[in-house]
This record gives sequence, structure tokens and C-alpha cells, in this order.
Amino acid sequence: MGLFKHKQKNNKKIDQIKPVFTFKIGGEAGYGIMSAGLTFSKIACRSGYYVFDYTEYPSIIRGGHNVMQTTFSKEVVRSQSRQTNFLVALNQNTVDLHKGELIDGAGLLYDADQGIDVKGVPAGVELFAVPINRLAREVGGSEIMRNTAALGATMGLLGGELSHLRDLITAEFGAKKPEVVEKNHATGQAGYDFVVKNYQAKIKPVLPPTGQAKKLLVISGNEAAALGAIAAGMQFASIYPMTPTSGILHALAPLQEQFGFIYKQPEDEIAAINMAIGASYAGARAMTATSGGGFCLMTEGYGLAGITETPLVIVEGMRGSPSTGLPTWTEQGDLKFVLHAHQGEFPKIILAAGDVEEVFELIGKAFNLADIYQTPVVLLVDKHICESHQSVPPFAWADYQVERGQLLSGQVDNYARYEITPDGISPRALPGQGNHFVANSDEHDTTGYSNEEAEVRQAQMDKRMKKLETCAQADMEAPKLYGPKEAEITLVSWGSNKGAILDALKNFSNVNFLHITWISPFPTAAVRKVLKKAKHIVNLECNYSGQMAALIREKTGLEIKDNLLKYDGRPIYPEEIVEKIKSIKLSN
Amino acid sequence: MPSIKDYKTPIDINWCPSCGNFGIWKAFVDAAVQEGWNNRNTVLAAGIGCHGHIVNFVKLTSFEGLHGRALPLAAGIKMSNHELNVLVFTGDGDLLAEGGNHFIHAARRNQDITVILHDNAVYGLTTGQTSPTSPKGYRSKSTPQGNPEEPINPLRLALASGATFLARSYAGDAKMTAEMIVRANRHKGFAVVQALQPCVVFNKVYTHAFYRENIYRLGEDYCRTDKSAAFEKTMEWGEKKIPVGIFYEVREPTYEEQLPQIKEIPLIKQLLKRDISKLMNKYI
Repeated sequence: MGLFKHKQKNNKKIDQIKPVFTFKIGGEAGYGIMSAGLTFSKIACRSGYYVFDYTEYPSIIRGGHNVMQTTFSKEVVRSQSRQTNFLVALNQNTVDLHKGELIDGAGLLYDADQGIDVKGVPAGVELFAVPINRLAREVGGSEIMRNTAALGATMGLLGGELSHLRDLITAEFGAKKPEVVEKNHATGQAGYDFVVKNYQAKIKPVLPPTGQAKKLLVISGNEAAALGAIAAGMQFASIYPMTPTSGILHALAPLQEQFGFIYKQPEDEIAAINMAIGASYAGARAMTATSGGGFCLMTEGYGLAGITETPLVIVEGMRGSPSTGLPTWTEQGDLKFVLHAHQGEFPKIILAAGDVEEVFELIGKAFNLADIYQTPVVLLVDKHICESHQSVPPFAWADYQVERGQLLSGQVDNYARYEITPDGISPRALPGQGNHFVANSDEHDTTGYSNEEAEVRQAQMDKRMKKLETCAQADMEAPKLYGPKEAEITLVSWGSNKGAILDALKNFSNVNFLHITWISPFPTAAVRKVLKKAKHIVNLECNYSGQMAALIREKTGLEIKDNLLKYDGRPIYPEEIVEKIKSIKLSN
Repeated sequence: MPSIKDYKTPIDINWCPSCGNFGIWKAFVDAAVQEGWNNRNTVLAAGIGCHGHIVNFVKLTSFEGLHGRALPLAAGIKMSNHELNVLVFTGDGDLLAEGGNHFIHAARRNQDITVILHDNAVYGLTTGQTSPTSPKGYRSKSTPQGNPEEPINPLRLALASGATFLARSYAGDAKMTAEMIVRANRHKGFAVVQALQPCVVFNKVYTHAFYRENIYRLGEDYCRTDKSAAFEKTMEWGEKKIPVGIFYEVREPTYEEQLPQIKEIPLIKQLLKRDISKLMNKYI
């Protein structure tokens, strides 16, 4: 237990970011907490609310403490909340670890029959003792359905529509298991009926249908990456399982026959990247995905794709590191790693997504950039994006145009694979087209034959590095500035902090926010332009040393002195940002 | 039918005089002529070591990858376009030290790939250290007291891991080596040819004379489909007792044959524009 304590350091009362409502469910690992949490997220979304959910769990299969929270609102919500309005405790740990998050007037639903002790729960919290396990056993025939009973009771207490729960159960088990569907329906109903009968007076209708339910997806970053890759024409993915990006392979694997691609589970990450390079060399749009530890094993392949000019998309989902680190927690400690993870120099394109919509958009872009510039493209994400679900409009897949750059379609005369060109990009042939060439990890001449002559080396280096300049001119995008153009405080960040920052910004009119998505090539001029005229800059990152601040300093010469850095495995909460902004004494 | 000159490149061959690689190179080109391999039907992958230079000396489209990683590279090529004939050149350090894990998994994957192992039982390119196939007691720059480790038997390892074709030849006999390469390549499945290759500079044990003296061709009475017999045969190694020829040959479904998505057409010829509208419904 001690290992998984996640007490808030700061228990002082702070204003909740309004107007949001946070539901949280906790229990032992193996209880299906994530599945129940996701069901709640979908119910809230189907009822007309925007949702963002966030899960915390240890790196074990059974017995540890799992929680999932869903924050929902009638307005767009992009981040998790530090405070909880309604807590479902399936075990004692949930009460002990999370009672401090309960705000005045919050609800605590727990199983009274399980001997859960609610002493020490703040006085203003409404207690709802519901015999969750007993209802599941008696009505459903098995305690496995305890989550369904708990969700049914939750619907009753929050004034939600039970029909959404029923629909989701039907969708999950489907026509194949009608008896399971029926039993779950009855169990959900029993939970609902129990609270309506026993707690009628205490029902707070915070989840009624808004009547304006939009068609939104409730989707994680991993799932968005998989969908984005499929929409972008990905044909080959070799991914060795690793938290937090395994969700990508879980989403891809069942779809390979339907869409005509191959997902291959390789023997290790070295094989993963080399297989993807081989597949790409032969003509497939190829990708791999991993976390920092797996990327450590891929680094030689990263350079191989660089020197052989083989297109490749790599998704790197950061988690607490180094080494095994915090396998199931979030961090942004790999920014400099992906920038420098190889011997020597080659052009690499690195993009960092800030939320699930950007994941979908940028992975499609990554496939095109990889083909156009014939070089590896890294999409940097973090556990908080990979595994949190967000409600977003359906992705605009139909607008996507596959761009394969200078890919040849057949045999050409006097072909030279590594021909020196003004923009650094050479025509790319595929094996089997009749054009002879060598993809060579050794330095090489224009055909690809090994060559160590000084002029050849320099010409090939110049050619390869030129591609990055071409990319910076032709494709690189400036970072987005959110909020007012002129502001007293300018926040700078990257990755998943975007959501918490945008939610925090709702409370201020004099703060703006620069979100950086292009890491390499780096939009130096655009970043400098914004930061030069900023009055007070705060850099926010989930790492120890402020890697983005260092990159900004390297590129622009500007030093950011005020940093909010977090490296405890938890994402930055919007409340922390509000506190930070409020603590700044403005000079004027 | 192509001729030897069709495979000639402008690059001068830079192996040491009398290097066993010449025999393998000649055998390979003879096999290519015989089988009609060209830049429309064949692709080569190689690792790093003296063997890897071969990509510069044969005019066939190729990929010289990282040390030890030729097999996953070839695996990706084959999955991406299984209509291509894929051959892999590798060395004993490349395949069995740096790439040992890939070798085991490639064997059990049974892709239709031909592997030519240039086995000189020493590290040549890095000027003479012990290799995974160097004999026990072997003295080298890295084992001046004598190699304390047992050598790996690559054919036995491949057999245990699921390879479906295993052969051995002596690089000094280009005719036999060409025959083994052709037979391995015609086999549907993961095929390994161990080419015993003297390193005339650094290996003073496994010399041309040693092999000429000690190899013998597996006889007609040897049953190539019997796995137990093959295991036993791979264990033979000694004076006048180094078998060459085909050790094992069985037909099992290849990896590619088991993937329904490439039953009709190879991956690279499939549609890139996909409609994910129905797929998104799952997330509502």
C-alpha cells in the first residue's frame, strides 16, 4: 500500500475550476475500474456534457489501487480536476486515499456491507451506503457486476439517464451474450432503484440530459493515434508492448484484415524499428511506437532511417523515467532525448501533440512528412495523453491527403537514389521497380555504394541536413498562441499540459499561452517574437530540468526564469496553474 | 537469362586475397544467373562485417543495415512486399552475437527468406577477436588465454528455433555453395545456409586446408525430413567428420501464407485512402 500512496501534498482548500463536476471511482486492480470509469465518461458525453477522464494505477495486474476520474461540464473540458464531487469507493483504500479531495457537499457512495470505514470523511460530505456487492450477487448472480450496480446507483444519485448505461452494456456484450446483457441491465436497475428508494431527498441532478447532446467521440490518445494512422494509410506497424503506448497496438491489431495493414509484434524494440525500416524501404507506410525505455533500444535504428533516408513514423509515449521508472505515470522527460538520441547528426522531424485531436492530426502529418522528407518523424506524447479519454468531435479523416513525396512508380534511366538536389530531397525508388540502388548504413555515394571520400561525405551530409531547412520553410508551423495577444503573463508549454492550461486560463483575462508542437525543426522566429514582447513568462513542464525552457534558450537566446516543473508522475492540475498565476506579483 | 556481367558493379572488391567471401560471392552470382534474380524480383539485406561489403559487389538492390539487424530488416521487407525474393547476408558475429535474438525469432517466424551465413568463426573487420562460433580454447586478441566459452552451433540453434531448411557448405567450393543457395532459395520458408568460410588473416584454425581435409557430403541415404536425425547430424564436428549438404528440409506454412490481409495482393499495393467513419462509432 505504502508504495502507491498518492496523498496530495497540499491539502489547503482551493477554488475549483468552474463549472466542472468530477466523478471518481476507485477499487482494487482487477475490479474493472477503468472500464467503469470509461462507461461513466460515455454516459456523461451521451447526456450532452464534455468530458475528460484520467486514470491512476500501479504497474501490476491485481491487487493494487486503481482510480479513474471523469470531469464533465456543459463547457469544453480539457483536463482533470484535483477535487472530487462524487466518489465511488469499492474498497477502503479509495476512501482513505481520496477523502481529502472531496469538496463540501460532495457525495461518497460506498458498500456498507463490505465494512468500509468512513470515519474521517469531511463533515460536509453526503454518505450513500449502498449494498453494491449484495445487489450484484443477488440480482446479477455475480459480484463481478458490482461496477454495474455502482453505476446504476450513481445514475440515480446524480439524476442521470439509466438508459445510457443500458445502451452501453448492450453495446459491450452485444447479441452474443444476451443473458449477460440482461443480468447487467437488471443489476444497474437495482442500484438505481435502491438509491431512489433510500436517498430520494438527497438526489442532486447534476447529470440530467442537456437536450443538446452532440455526436462526440470519447477517445484516448492511443486510440486517436491508431485511428489517425489508419486514416493516413499506415500499412505496417511493429510495436513491442510497453506502457503507455500499448493501447495503440490494442486498437490496431483487430483491424489489420479489415483495412489491409500488418501489425507485427516483434521480439524487441530493436526488431520493431528495424522491421518498420525494412517495410518502409520496400514501400509500406510504416510506424512503430514505444515509451522512453523502448526508444533507448531504437536509437541506432533511428539513425539508420536517417542515413538511409527511409521514411518512418515513431510514436514515443513518455512515462516516469529513467530506467523502468514510474511505468504507469506521466512525465515529459524525453524531449532532449528524442532530439539527440543517436550518434552523429541527421535530419529528424519531431512533433509533440497536446491532446487527442492533435494526436490524430499530427500522426497523419507525420506520415506525410516522413514520405516527403524521407527521414524519421517522431510524434512525442505522454501517458496523460495516451491513456486519458477526451470528448472531441469526430475526426475529419476525409480531408486527409496522402502525400508520398518523390516516390517513383517505375524504372527510370540513370537512377541515383541519393542524387544531390537543391532541396536535399532525392527521388525514391522501391526494390522491385527495376532501379538498382543500395540503402546503406555506411556513408555512401549517390547510388548508395559505400564511400568514405571527403567530398562525397560532405555532399551527402549537406544534402541530408538540407531537408530540415526545406521542411522548416515549406511545412513547419508556428506555435499557437491562446488567449489575448497582449497579456500580463505568458505561459509557455508543450504536450498534455495544454489541457490544464487552457482550463486554468478560463479564470483569467490577462494571461496568454504559447503551445509548442514543432520541436524539430524549431520555429525559432515565431517563438522569439512572442516571448520577446512577453512581460512575464512562466514555463510549465512535467520534468525536472525544464527541457523546453533549455531548448528555447538554445534556439532563441531567451532565458525563462519562472518555471513550474513537476516530476512526481502526476500531470499538472489546472488548480496548480491558477495558484501559480495568482502568486505572481506583477511589477506594474 | 542474365550473365555474370549483369551483376558487376563499378566497385573494386576489397576482401583480402584468398578470403572465403570470394567463394560465397561467386556462388551467389552463379546462383543469381541460374535463377534469373534481377532488380525486379529480388532484394538483398546484409548486416555489418566483412560479409556486408557484398552489397557493393553485386548489382542487385539491397539494404546494408545495422550490425546484427539484417533479419528484422528483411522481415519488414518481406511482410511489406512478399512477392520479392529476399536473401540475407550475415556473419557469425552479426547473426549469432549482436543479432542472436533476431535469429531465434526469425527461425520460428518461418518467413520465406534465405539466409546466407558467412561463418569464418572470427571477427575479421575488427581485426581478429573471438566470435560465437570460434572453438573453445581459441586464442585471439580478445581471448589471449583461450576462449573459455562453448561455440554456438548455428544449424542446431536454427533447428531448435523452428527453421524449415538447413544446409551447410564450404565457401571454397563455389559450386556446392551455389547449389545450396539455390536449394535454400527454392525452399518455401526460413532457410539457412551456413557457409564455412576461412578467414585467411585471422583464423589459423579453420583454414582452407582444414575444411578440405575434414568435410564430407551428406549421403543419399540421409533423411532430410527427420528432425531428430538432423539434430544428431548437426552435432557432428571433428576430424573427417564435418558434414556438408542439406541437413533438414520440411514444408510448413510460411508467415506470409498465414496472413489473410496479403492473400490477394501484397501490402504495398493496397489502398492508402481509408474510410474510418464507421470505426469512429465505437467511440461514441
